[in-house]
Amino acid sequence: MTTNSTALPLPASFALDRRIQRPLVILLALAAPLVALSMGKSWVRVLDFALLYVLLAIGLNLVVGFAGLLDLGYIAFYAVGAYTWAFLASPHFGIHLPFWIVLPLGAAFAALAGIALGFPTLRLRGDYLAIVTLGFGEIIRIFMNNLNQPINITNGPQGIDSIDPLTIAGLDLSKDLDLFGFQIPSLTLYYYAFLACVVAAIILVRRLQISRIGRAWAAIRDDELAAKAIGIDTRMMKLLAFGLGATFGGVSGGLFAAFQGFVSPESFSLMESIVVLTMIVLGGMGNLAGVIVGAIMLTALPELLRHFAVPMQMALFGKTLLDPEVLRMLLLSLAMIVMMLVRPAGLLPARTRYAHRDRRNA
Amino acid sequence: MRTENTTPILEVRGLKVAYGGIQAVKGIDLQVREGELVSLIGANGAGKTTTLNTLAGVVPHNGGEIRYAGQDVGKLPSHLRLRKGLALVPEGRGIFTRLTVAENLQTGAYTRRDTDGIAADMEKVFTLLPRVKERLNQVAGTLSGGEQQMVAIGRALLSRPQVLLLDEPSMGLAPLVVEKIFEVIHSITREGMGVLLVEQNANLALEVSERAYVMEGGLVTLEGTGKALLDDPKVRSAYLGEEIDQGLAA
Repeated sequence: MTTNSTALPLPASFALDRRIQRPLVILLALAAPLVALSMGKSWVRVLDFALLYVLLAIGLNLVVGFAGLLDLGYIAFYAVGAYTWAFLASPHFGIHLPFWIVLPLGAAFAALAGIALGFPTLRLRGDYLAIVTLGFGEIIRIFMNNLNQPINITNGPQGIDSIDPLTIAGLDLSKDLDLFGFQIPSLTLYYYAFLACVVAAIILVRRLQISRIGRAWAAIRDDELAAKAIGIDTRMMKLLAFGLGATFGGVSGGLFAAFQGFVSPESFSLMESIVVLTMIVLGGMGNLAGVIVGAIMLTALPELLRHFAVPMQMALFGKTLLDPEVLRMLLLSLAMIVMMLVRPAGLLPARTRYAHRDRRNA
Repeated sequence: MRTENTTPILEVRGLKVAYGGIQAVKGIDLQVREGELVSLIGANGAGKTTTLNTLAGVVPHNGGEIRYAGQDVGKLPSHLRLRKGLALVPEGRGIFTRLTVAENLQTGAYTRRDTDGIAADMEKVFTLLPRVKERLNQVAGTLSGGEQQMVAIGRALLSRPQVLLLDEPSMGLAPLVVEKIFEVIHSITREGMGVLLVEQNANLALEVSERAYVMEGGLVTLEGTGKALLDDPKVRSAYLGEEIDQGLAA
């Protein structure tokens, strides 16, 4: 490909040779839960959540980063996936379907929800689109909150519990596995299951990005009128972006429900949508690696704060002045401001942004 | 070469376009034949760009008929009109600024699947626009205005159109660059493609065009060969700055 031959110089800190980079990342991904386990089980749980957020960020990046459609209600698709799992694999309705039915169904429902959101918003752009999607996200959450009467469907604010865990080929991931005398904790099992999903998502999205569809999205993002003029069916492509992006949200939501064993509307607030968007912006919109780094960083941040901020304040002042939750929002905002000033395109910006930078420096 | 009595490939009758309540185009007739360079001139707000965008299917019309190659295409969405061979280079070039030049050109062939044909057409574009080839791996947003215009034209050519709708290719460009762009347009028509050109630079447009239409307030008020319009006193005073010159001389 001629397009890949552009050897755009990376900043020195990222200029690791690709041949070293890739095995290093794979090794890190595989070894992470073992390292985390030695620090305590709760860290493996953090890693599990990080992977779910990576899946979400990859999906939202498809919509926002690739197609340029600002979606502030993305968490709604996560909710659709999670509730699909909760309905079809829990004692709530007494249905217990296996994961290979529930997960694709959740993804399909989320995709349908994505297309349902896409249709009325096809003509909207930028701020207007953001407002409608924000409303859509809230509508889904409010539905989940209130659909406990007259017929109890969602069990309202109490949520649904005792949800079936992920069971793959008879292996129940919620129980520790005894393998030749080695104890593999459930959290580690989930980690590898989620990792497999993330890897599949990465492969899929990379293929998409260099395909006709990926190019059509980039064209719509850069200039919608010109995209139409060169024969792109912009309606179709936008719906596809919404639908596919939502699919990732749906899968992630299903996995979340199985992992957590419990879902309630609380988990799907507007704040969650914003956090996922922040991951993308912070990491580097449009760039897969950046988005993944952003997701991992922002999942780890509050946990690190919880572990270090409180003891540190206790040691320094003898009492907790700033609650970790307050500190989290504070640091998140601060990080955003600093990023916008120093690296407006994100930690690992999309390829083309480097070219602009080079041009300016030249 | 073209003969005067070939049937037009693009024929517009009584075209009307409205934005909300405002009627921007109030019923115009246009024709473009194969290999013919036709320009559409007029003041700002006369409805030129609207007309072009409507022909490409980017803006819907509310009256009249658009016939392309004998078929009514007025109800077709833009991407299907392009498939038939009606391509638009939009105003302000509409380059995909974050893609490379090569990627921009590839998107031009978006509707095609004949890999060999695309490669051959790509070569054609390179001979026609050597500057584009030099910039192939550069991000399009970093090109100069003239280069961007060339990429926009090249991108449109890769859809292998029969009629090219060009919206103000000279906008914001230096005179020398404009001249080069017009040379390119001229060689395109020699290959048998019809070109409908919207231009602010009326003098230049009329000089190179075989026929031209003058638009005013959403209507075509004058039409004729480029030469005839160049000599028309009304055109000279309204669009070629004649009166101002005389005023200065007096």
